[in-house]
Amino acid sequence: MNPFFNLWLIPILPLAGAAINGFFGKRSSKQTVSVVGLLFPGAALAWALWVAAHFSSPSLPYQEFIAHWIRSGSFTADFALYLDQLSLVMLLVVTGVGFLIHIYSVGYMWDDPGYYRFFAYLNLFMFFMLTLVLANNYLLMFIGWEGVGLASYLLIGFWFTKDSAASAGKKAFIVNRIGDFGFLIGLFLLIQHFNSLDFAKVFVSVTHLPAGAGTESLLTTIGILLMVGACGKSAQIPLYVWLPDAMEGPTPVSALIHAATMVTAGVYMVARSHVIFERAPSALTVVAIIGTLTAFFAATIGIAQTDIKKVLAYSTVSQLGYMFMACGVGAFSAGIFHLMTHAFFKGLLFLAAGSVIHAVGGEQDMRKMGGLRSYIPWTFLTMGIATLAIAGIPPLAGFWSKDEILWKAYSGPHGSWVFWRIGIVTAFITSFYMFRLLFMTFFGEYHGSKVDAHGRVSRRRGHDNHAHGEPHESPMVMLVPLMILAVLSLVGGLVGIGNRFEDFLAPLFGSVEVSEAAGETASRFAEYVLMGVSIGVAILGFILAYVLYVSRPYLPQRIADSLNGLYVAVVNKYYVDELYASLFVKPLIDGSTHILWQGVDRKVIDDTVNNAADGARHVSDEVRHMQSGNVRSYAGWIAAGAAGVIAYMVWLGVGR
Amino acid sequence: MVPLSYYLVLSGILFSCGMVGFLIKRNIITIFMSIELMLNGVNLSFVAFAAHWHSLAGQVFVFFVMVVAAAEAAVGLAIIIAVYRTRETLNIDQVNLLKL
Repeated sequence: MNPFFNLWLIPILPLAGAAINGFFGKRSSKQTVSVVGLLFPGAALAWALWVAAHFSSPSLPYQEFIAHWIRSGSFTADFALYLDQLSLVMLLVVTGVGFLIHIYSVGYMWDDPGYYRFFAYLNLFMFFMLTLVLANNYLLMFIGWEGVGLASYLLIGFWFTKDSAASAGKKAFIVNRIGDFGFLIGLFLLIQHFNSLDFAKVFVSVTHLPAGAGTESLLTTIGILLMVGACGKSAQIPLYVWLPDAMEGPTPVSALIHAATMVTAGVYMVARSHVIFERAPSALTVVAIIGTLTAFFAATIGIAQTDIKKVLAYSTVSQLGYMFMACGVGAFSAGIFHLMTHAFFKGLLFLAAGSVIHAVGGEQDMRKMGGLRSYIPWTFLTMGIATLAIAGIPPLAGFWSKDEILWKAYSGPHGSWVFWRIGIVTAFITSFYMFRLLFMTFFGEYHGSKVDAHGRVSRRRGHDNHAHGEPHESPMVMLVPLMILAVLSLVGGLVGIGNRFEDFLAPLFGSVEVSEAAGETASRFAEYVLMGVSIGVAILGFILAYVLYVSRPYLPQRIADSLNGLYVAVVNKYYVDELYASLFVKPLIDGSTHILWQGVDRKVIDDTVNNAADGARHVSDEVRHMQSGNVRSYAGWIAAGAAGVIAYMVWLGVGR
Repeated sequence: MVPLSYYLVLSGILFSCGMVGFLIKRNIITIFMSIELMLNGVNLSFVAFAAHWHSLAGQVFVFFVMVVAAAEAAVGLAIIIAVYRTRETLNIDQVNLLKL
């Protein structure tokens, strides 16, 4: 017997909040807006927790039908929800972290004139994200997928009067569109070959496909197309360029959308489609290669960034790369595990960074910070925990999940030494740049001038309209979410001990893990060695950062000077944006200007219309002279016409 | 008995004279008379056909045409007088205001 969960309430509640705040927020007081903005996601969280407390594994997957949607011939797609272990994890992460970030936003956005708008968008985002994770078919998932893209666009461009924010929003939207194109074609292929987009039906059909080259090439194509979509949403090479720019949005947005939840949608989608990927090893390899390269590439860029949010953005890209690496080697549960812990510590890092930015009056350049440890001790403490967690120091959350991924990268069914090696180097870089961030921000001398911090306020309208003297600690409403997330970052990884998390997801991903279990017992020893290595590189990163940024702060400049060319390339993010601009954007603009606008629009379309009008005028100009006012010429025309008619009649008569 | 074609040829000649007069003459009165000539040409063909087919319809038509011609003459002469009063000419080429 299935319990009835009323799952539909979970996405609908934030939608109601968005509608109320969106329509009536402008005329309500900030208190009302906060209550509405927090109550509805809070209720969704409560409901999700209730579901989590009452589900029982045998009753999963649980499906809930809401309404008919598309019925076209034998193809159907309904509004229906789907709950299994995977979506349960996503559901709790999204509602839990989401709700904490909502609370934080009350403090962070309090002085912003667009306060109600912010909460309306944020709730709207929650609605779409929950639709995405709870959908029971690809099409409904795609609605959520596009919806979070919309919410992301609205929130990146939240301060839309700022040019850079508006264009960053557009960039995110357009780059995502490229990925969505691949995703959509993948969906069309699914419809063509399986006549369904329901997860359950598609996966059953996929498992029953006969083995053979045709099947494999079809599934590989679909898998790679789905991965293109995931690349866009989850900011993987080659479509990662939008995420660093997305940092133009308010910091809670960066935490919620561009770190904890939306960008992990791609990982979720790949994990959800694991049945397809498992039968298409080449597609899995592509996923693993993209993930590994992205992890490494983005981490190296993170080293040289000086904007505190940009460092975290590249770190996010890099960590997402880890998740894809895990999926690519067939260790989907490890990827989802890292997704969860990453949501905790990366959400925390962003919120803490927001607290730092708040403290110094809108400054984001780490070179102008330093020594903040004594001014904002709580932020320092929580951010320190998050840094330890992401660096992979045991027993914090990041250690367990990252170690799981690295181990699977080596030992997984599709793993190899190459992935592990790049992964371990990336882990070292991660540890280094995260401690660099921590040291530059919280240690040493405070470099920001106090007057400057005050004068800079007007640039960031979001917060801190009050005058600034010294850096000051954030209000309680911002600190409490930090502390809760810090606790989660501390203990969140413990659910992974003894493969408990993996066992929890085993009903879904079971088939992969079994094939690998046999080899695992033989190499227990190897696992501990690799674990030791990964702890070692994390500590090494810490030491290196300590040496460079605390004990010998003059060294980084000297190293940068000696690595001149490379350093400049890294600071400029390897010129990828410039490359894309000259490779795609400029030809597109030139082509549009010279061919489509000047050529097609002006020369073909405009000229057709204009020439038709001109022609009509010229002909009538000539014909008008017939009407001379001379009665005899009129009579002549009549006579000629009558003669013509008679001649015609006569000719007809002769012909007969 | 005179054959039908004789009447028709005469009718055609009358009509053509009227038309040519209408086209080449400049005096409005002359043009007016040319119109009458054309009407009578047509009348002739009507009565000729009526006699040939032993049908009264043609003769009835002729009466109608005569009535209309009489009305036309009345109105037309009035217009001509009005034109002469305002324009002081009966030359048709100088009465050319009816144009775009």
